[in-house]
Order: sequence, then C-alpha cells, then structure tokens
Amino acid sequence: MPAGDPSRAGLCHRPPSFWVCSGCISCSSVPAHKRPFGFPSWLARSCLENTDPRTRGRGIQLLSQVLLQCYSLLQEKEVLHLVLFYENRLQDHHLVIPSVLQGLRALSMCEVLAPGLAVSVLKAIFQEVHVQSLLQLDRHTVYSIITNFMGTREEELKSLGADFTFGFIQVMDGEKDPRNLLVAFQIVRDLIVKNYALGPFVEELFEVTSCYFPIDFTPPPNDPHGIQREDLILSLRAVLASTPQFAEFLLPLLIEKMDSDLQSAKLDSLQTLAACCAIYRQKELQEFLPSLWSSLRREVFQTASEKVEAECLAALHALSACLSRSVLSSDTEDLLDSFLSSVLQDCRHHLCEPDMKLVWPSAKLLQAAAGASLRTCHRITRSVVPLLLEQYTKHPQSSQRRTILEMLLGFLELQQKWGHVEEDESALLSLRAPVCSVVFSAMTDPSVQLQLVGIRVLTVLGSLQGFLSPPDLELVVDHLLRLILHEEDSQSSEAAMEAAGSLAPIYPQIFSGRMVPRLGEELQSEREEEGSRAPRSLQQRCLQALAAVSTHTSIVRETIPVLLQHLRRVQKGSEAGNAQDVVSVCQSLHRVALQCQQDAESCWYYHQTVVPCLLAMAVQAAMQESTHPLQGKALLEEEALAAMVPVISAASTHLSPELAAQSVSHVVPLFLDGEVSFLPQNSFPCSFQPFEGGERLEAQRRLVALLMAFVCSLPRNVVIPQQERLLRELLALSCSCNCPFTATTAAKCFAGLVNKHPAGQQLDEILQLAVNRMEPGLAEGPHRTQALTLLLWVTKALVLRYHPLSSRLTDKLLGLLGDAELGPVAADGFSLLMADSPDVLHKGCHADVRIMFRQRFFTDNVPKLVQGFHGAGPDVKANYLKGLSHVLNHLPKPVLVTELPTLLPYKARVIRALAKPLDDKKRLVRKEAVAARGEWFLLGSPGR
Amino acid sequence: KVTGVGVGVGVNASHPLTLEELNVVEQVRVKVNDAESTVAVEFTPTIPHCSMATLIGLSIKVKLIRSLPERFKVDVHITPGTHASEHAVNKQLADKERVAAALENSHLLEVVNQCLSARS
Repeated sequence: MPAGDPSRAGLCHRPPSFWVCSGCISCSSVPAHKRPFGFPSWLARSCLENTDPRTRGRGIQLLSQVLLQCYSLLQEKEVLHLVLFYENRLQDHHLVIPSVLQGLRALSMCEVLAPGLAVSVLKAIFQEVHVQSLLQLDRHTVYSIITNFMGTREEELKSLGADFTFGFIQVMDGEKDPRNLLVAFQIVRDLIVKNYALGPFVEELFEVTSCYFPIDFTPPPNDPHGIQREDLILSLRAVLASTPQFAEFLLPLLIEKMDSDLQSAKLDSLQTLAACCAIYRQKELQEFLPSLWSSLRREVFQTASEKVEAECLAALHALSACLSRSVLSSDTEDLLDSFLSSVLQDCRHHLCEPDMKLVWPSAKLLQAAAGASLRTCHRITRSVVPLLLEQYTKHPQSSQRRTILEMLLGFLELQQKWGHVEEDESALLSLRAPVCSVVFSAMTDPSVQLQLVGIRVLTVLGSLQGFLSPPDLELVVDHLLRLILHEEDSQSSEAAMEAAGSLAPIYPQIFSGRMVPRLGEELQSEREEEGSRAPRSLQQRCLQALAAVSTHTSIVRETIPVLLQHLRRVQKGSEAGNAQDVVSVCQSLHRVALQCQQDAESCWYYHQTVVPCLLAMAVQAAMQESTHPLQGKALLEEEALAAMVPVISAASTHLSPELAAQSVSHVVPLFLDGEVSFLPQNSFPCSFQPFEGGERLEAQRRLVALLMAFVCSLPRNVVIPQQERLLRELLALSCSCNCPFTATTAAKCFAGLVNKHPAGQQLDEILQLAVNRMEPGLAEGPHRTQALTLLLWVTKALVLRYHPLSSRLTDKLLGLLGDAELGPVAADGFSLLMADSPDVLHKGCHADVRIMFRQRFFTDNVPKLVQGFHGAGPDVKANYLKGLSHVLNHLPKPVLVTELPTLLPYKARVIRALAKPLDDKKRLVRKEAVAARGEWFLLGSPGR
Repeated sequence: KVTGVGVGVGVNASHPLTLEELNVVEQVRVKVNDAESTVAVEFTPTIPHCSMATLIGLSIKVKLIRSLPERFKVDVHITPGTHASEHAVNKQLADKERVAAALENSHLLEVVNQCLSARS
C-alpha cells in the first residue's frame, strides 16, 4: 500500500486521538521541530523528512488537508506544536510552501490558538514568504490567513503596531488578480476603519492601493468568478475614501483623473470625490479647492455627457455640504464663504445671458451648491435671486423671460427644502414684492409657456410658509381664477387648476372664501341668461376647477353643495345634451370623491351628502317618468346613470365598516321596500318599486345601476340586510328584463354580491338557483341573450375567487361557442372574463380576486378551446379562435412567453409559408404578409 | 410594385424616430427593378462618424430580406461620401456570410430585432 494512503493511517476512524503518538520507538528519531506532535513516525519518516521536496510537499499537503477538515477539534497544545512546525516549514523548498500555507490557514481558524501565535505566524509569513511570487490561489490563502486573524485577534495584531501595516503593504504590493484585490482592498479598509496603526506608512498604503485607480478591468467572456468592474471600483473607493489621512495624496490624483479623456475615469474620480466629502473636513480640502472648482466648472461647461454633468453637480453638492458642516474656530477663514464667492463669481454673470449656452450649466452649478445646506442656500439665493429679478425686467422677450423664470424656480424650489421663510433672516422675504410682481407679470403674459412657468413658481412660493401676505394671496386667487375661466389655452387653465388644488390645503380659507363662490357664481350666471349661453367650455372649466380645488375638508364642504345644486339645475333643464351635462358634473363629483377617500371625516361627509342626494334625484326623476312618460329625463339616460356609478362607488369603497353598515341599512330597504324616508326632499308622487313588474316601472328598474354602485363597493365584512331576498330579486330581473342595460346591470350586481358572499350552504343554494334559471333561459325563449349575460358575469365572479362551480359554468360557456346564434357573443365574453371590469368585481371595490386567476383559467381552458376548435363546424370555428385570442391577449406577458415555445415549432413553417404572399399580385395581400412575416420573425426571438 | 414596403426601422428607444424621419433613408435613394428582381438602398448616416452605421445597414438589410420575395437580390450601402468608414461598412454589408454570422450572434440579433420592433 502506498505510503500516503489515508486508510492505512486510519484517518477515517481516529481523528483527534490520531495526533497522540502511540509511543512507537522511531518517533524519537525525528527532531521535534520537523514533525508535529504525535504525527505518526512512519509517515513522518517517509514524507516529511524525505529529501525530495515533492514528496515532502505531498506529506504536508495531506496533513494540511486533514487540518482543514478537523481544525475545530484540535486542542491548544496540539495547535501550538502544529504552528511551530508550520512556521518552521516556511523556510522549506518553494514547492512545499503552498501546502504549508494551507495548513496555516486551517490553524488560523482555530479558536484555541494561544495568545501570541497569530503575531508569530504573521511575522513568519512576512519574513519568509515572498507573496507576490506565489500563484494566485496561494496568494489568496495568505490574504485569508490575515483576514481570519483580523477577525478574531484584533488586539493582538494591533500590538504589532505599524509593522503589521508595513508587512501587509509588502504582501499586496504588485497584486494583479481581481479576486485577490477584492480581498486585499477589504483588508486595507479594515486596517483603516478599525484603527490599526498606520505609523509612517500612510503614503505607502495609499500608493499600494491608489495605483489601481481608476479601475480599468473588463471581465473575460464567460468568466466563472462573476467579478464585475463595478465590484472593484466600489471596493477600491471604499479604501480611498475611508480616511482623511489620504486626502493630500488622493485629491491631486482625482483632479488629474477628472481631466482624463476616458469618461469612466472622470466618473470614477467624481464619485470618489463625492464619497470623500462625507468624511473630509475643511482642513483636508483647503489647499485643493481652487483646482477642484476649476475642474468641476470646466467639466460642466464643456461636457456633452449628461452623466458627467450629473456627477460633477453631485460632487459640487457634496463639496459644499462638506464645507458647510465644518465647525469654524474664530481665527480661521470661512472656506465656505470664499468657495461660494468663487462659484458665484464664475457663474453669476452667465445668468445675465439667457440666450447663451452657458446659462443653464451655470444655473445648475449654483443650484447644486445652494442645495447643500441652509447656509449655502442663503448665500447663493441672496446673490442670485435679485440678479434674476433684475434680468427678468431687462429682457422683454418671453422666451428669455421663460429661461430666467425657470432658473428662479430652481432656486425657490431649493428654499422649499429648508422650510420656513421666517427663519430666513428675511433674505427672501425682502424680495417678496419684486418676486410677486415678476410672477404675476408672467401669468399675464400672452406666451403660454411663460404662463406655465409662472404658475409653477407661484405654487412653490405658496408652499413657502409665510412668504405670501394675505393681499398677495387674494391676488394669487384672482390670477388663478382668470386663467381658469378666461385663458383660451387649456394647458394654462388646467395648470392653474392644479396649482389651486395644491395651494388650497395650505390656505383653505382664502380658497373657500374667494375662489369657490366665484366659480359658483359663474356656473349660475350662465344659466340665468339662457338666451345667450356662454360656451359650454366655461361651464366645464368651472366644474373641473371646483373639483380640483377640493383638496381640503373645509373646501369640500363648500364645493359639494355647489356641484349638487348645479346638478339639480341641469336635471330641471329641458335642453338637448343634458345628459352630457350630468356626466360633466359627475366627473367632477368623482374626482372630489377620490380626493376625499384618504380622510375619514371628508369621506363620511361626502358619502352622507352625495349618495342620498343622487339617489333622491334619480328616484324623483324615475317617478316622474312613470307618471309622465313623455318627458325625457337626462338623469335616467344610460350614460348619465353610468357616470353616477363611479361617484357612488368611490364614495363607498373607503367607508369604515360601522358607517357602511349604517348606510346599507337605508339603501337596501329603499330598493326592496320603497323605504324613502332617509332621502332628502322625500315627498314623492308614488311608491318606488324597482323590482316590481310592469312597463311603467321601467325607469325605476334602471336605478338598479345605483344600487350596484353602492352595494358592490362595500368592504367584504359589511353585512348586507336581506341579502338572500335581494339576490333573488336581482336574479329574476336579470333573466326577465327586456331592457339590456337593466338586465346587464342586475346581472353585474348579482355577480358582485356572489363574489363576496361567504362560502357555504347559502351560497351554494343561491348559485343553484341561478343555474336553474339560466339553463332554460339559455336553451330557448326570448331572453337567451340575458341568460348568457348572466352566465358570463356569474362565471367571472366565480373564476376570480376560484370557486369550484366556476369550471362547470366555463364549460357551459365553451359549449355555447358552437351555438349559431349566441356563439359570437359567447366568444367575446372571454374578453369580459379576463379583463378588469371598471365598476364591479375588481380589487378597488374589495372583490375577491386571486392573483393567478388568469394563468389558471389559461391552463384549464385553452386545451378545451383548441379541442373545440378542431371539432367545430366551419361556421362556428371562428368563435373558438376569437375566444382563444381573448384569453391570450389578457395573459400576463411572462406567462405568455413561457407558453410560446408550444407555438414555436410552427415558426419556421409559418415564415416559409408567408414568403409566397410577399409576391402576391394584390398590394393589400403583400402588405399584410410583410407585417405578419415580420411579427413571426420576432416571435420568441431575443430583443422582442 | 414593391416600393410600398416602407423601411420602418427605429434606431433606439430614447430616439424614437424612424430612419425615414431622420432622412437616413429616402425614397429617391431606393432603386427597385421588379423585372430583374433587384433592390438597392442607399442610406445616409446622420453624421460622418456615426457609430451605428453598420447596425443601421444591417437592420435595413434584415428588414428587406424578411419583407421581400426571395427572388430579389438586396443591396444596401452607404450614400457615397457620407461616412468616414464607408468602404469598410459597405464591404461588411455586402458579405453574405458575415451578415449571416452576425445574425447568429444572439446579442446582435437582439439589437436588430429591437430596431425592427421599436415602432410596431
């Protein structure tokens, strides 16, 4: 058996005790420093003492590998002997060294290593090994030994003082492998961050690392180690920017590299500079500020690259922040002040040339510096804002004024960051009058672009608390009103509305007191001079503005009555196009509802005020319709009712369960029992019976849309009174009503409730009832379409919540694809099943929607669609394809892509087949063939 | 007969103009001979040092190969005097094997496909 055989040595069975010599005679013949304690003497003699360095190396390799397996089991005394042995072996032949280092690495992980040994091992390595002449892996072993010791024996290593640092510098000097560099950089960073003594070797340590800057490394193709250029850049930056002690060497280097032709070097230098600023003080920067500033300025003024510009601005920002942070002693110069002076000196005059190309670079530099701290902001604003105001007056052209105003906007936005103006030592406050006059002049300028910037500036000024005085605010509101009502350009008027919306919560009183009444008057006055009607667009704008400004609870209480009042007037009017007016009011009401949702108080106020009012108006209109059927009622037209649905829905989704329960106890009895007492102005000519039969009640039945909007939007935990009865009524209505709008609405309402209904016997019963009504309806009779609509909506409700019955209903739907009459509608129904529905059965109205329902539907039903297609007659084949395309269309793209390979086997065939029509004699055919073939080439290809 | 085939190739997403809109490809510089089954397209890079010239040429060529009947011989080259490396690019575009090899390269194919699908 060969000498090195582990089984012979019994390694498998006797680990720790293996080291204890069983007392063989020959042990004594091997000097202790040449063999570890207890190492079997036959092995020692045959390997460790062998005169052939290769054999010796193999012996040590075996020993090291054993140690790497069982270092945790060693005892202190054993470790001591092993360390002595290995240290001694460091003087051996160079072929042996790699194995020796492996052994030392194993020992460096021992917890029982006696104090003093770590230092001793490192000293030995520093002294005996020329690390950079080793192979990459062996060098890596050395770094690992050092890392291990630094992790566990920090105090001990520090006792070495700067010798340790110096030793390491020699170890890593000349390292070239990126894998090793990542470790070496980490060690240097730890040396610095954990306060190891650098002694006189600061510059050496800097040299040995900064020689890699800027990193220029491209990983080889198919590199298995996965080291990216970015990893090296970041880990070197962590070293270079870890201590102010490097500053005197690093800053000149960075300045030099900023000047490089290589963009990557520029970017790296700028980012490193910004990183350094986080820990530097004035002291380190002082000497280099002029060159740093001139390099940064040069780059921003000259570069064509947005990236370089952005990094320069970030570096300037960091630099200014660093200077702002330093605490001054009374006798030193304020570097920040002199630095900002030079920035201002070099940039300020460019701001006076709004047509020249340096105007924006200069403004950006100033803004980057100003954004660094409250001090920089004051200093720069104080100098720049008066200049810009002056320039605005000097330049009469609106394009120049726009540039100047946009710059002003940038500086004012920086002010916003520092909050209250009162603390501003009145630098900006003293400019209030000229700033306001410039802004108001911009808002009255004929140029829309200038108006828009003016509005943005105004919004910022308004958000600076305490800046605008009450008389200014009145002017602000008047200017906004003028733009909203009379500016021809819709962009400006919309921007003015949005500005009003964002300023209103800051100054609710002035907006509710001055703007809302004016808008209300405009709405009304227009009505009174019926003969010479102002354009409908004015009315439209008033409605939009009322909604936009409703961003504060106190304003909502003013605008809602105005909007509802207007709706009543529209309802009473008799002109054509009334329904469109109703829609406009509803759109505004809807926006207000969305803005109220987050505030519980506004939300309840809105619900309590708007929902009963809309219901009352609709009920009233429906009753009049029942008694005087010839009077057309705008409110009852489909599009008007459809516009009221989102209003009621948005007013109900965010109610707390208690308030929702209170509301539902009124609304459901209204529809089931005609209980009208909770409605305002509830003296009605007859009773409200939407679920009763009879031609004359048709108008009342349409109001089921409003019931749906409310009852399908409630949170799932709200109990709906008389739910079973309600469901039966809805079911009956959906199957029997002749009006498609009403029937569909009833079906949707039924589906919305069924989707949220808790599972159990009750649900099963009501579903059974639905199936029993649907089946005969689908088979024959005058209401086949209604039955199909009900089937679609109920199927959707159940597919969304993974209800077991959903597959039965889907199969029924698949069956109908073969029906000559209903097939096409059923095919389009697949789109309804897959798409998000806007009013019911979506997450926003608390429906039970499982996230993967589309995938699941796809997997369950596509095979059936394909099978159905193959078995279908020629006249109905198209229905199956249409259904399939709806399912595929709504499938999330990642799922579709994974399923595509099933289609790809046909790709080559299709492309070949499409080559022929490319040469067709009809142009239309050629055109379609080109488009289709192009798509097929892209199918499943990279880059799509 | 085939002049209706527009060369709808977008260059990149951040610059979403087609080559026609950039005047890189113009109808007067497209020669079609249906009888002899040849199509020749001259394209004009936006600047003489345009680094995308080869990619643009390749994209045009691929689009034409995909869109035209097989009988056509497609020739794509740079408008004389409009690009610094005109000769080298033309040579690359004329070399069937190099074009085929380029389309075997999945990275390049990805870029070409992106160009061809940017607007569709």
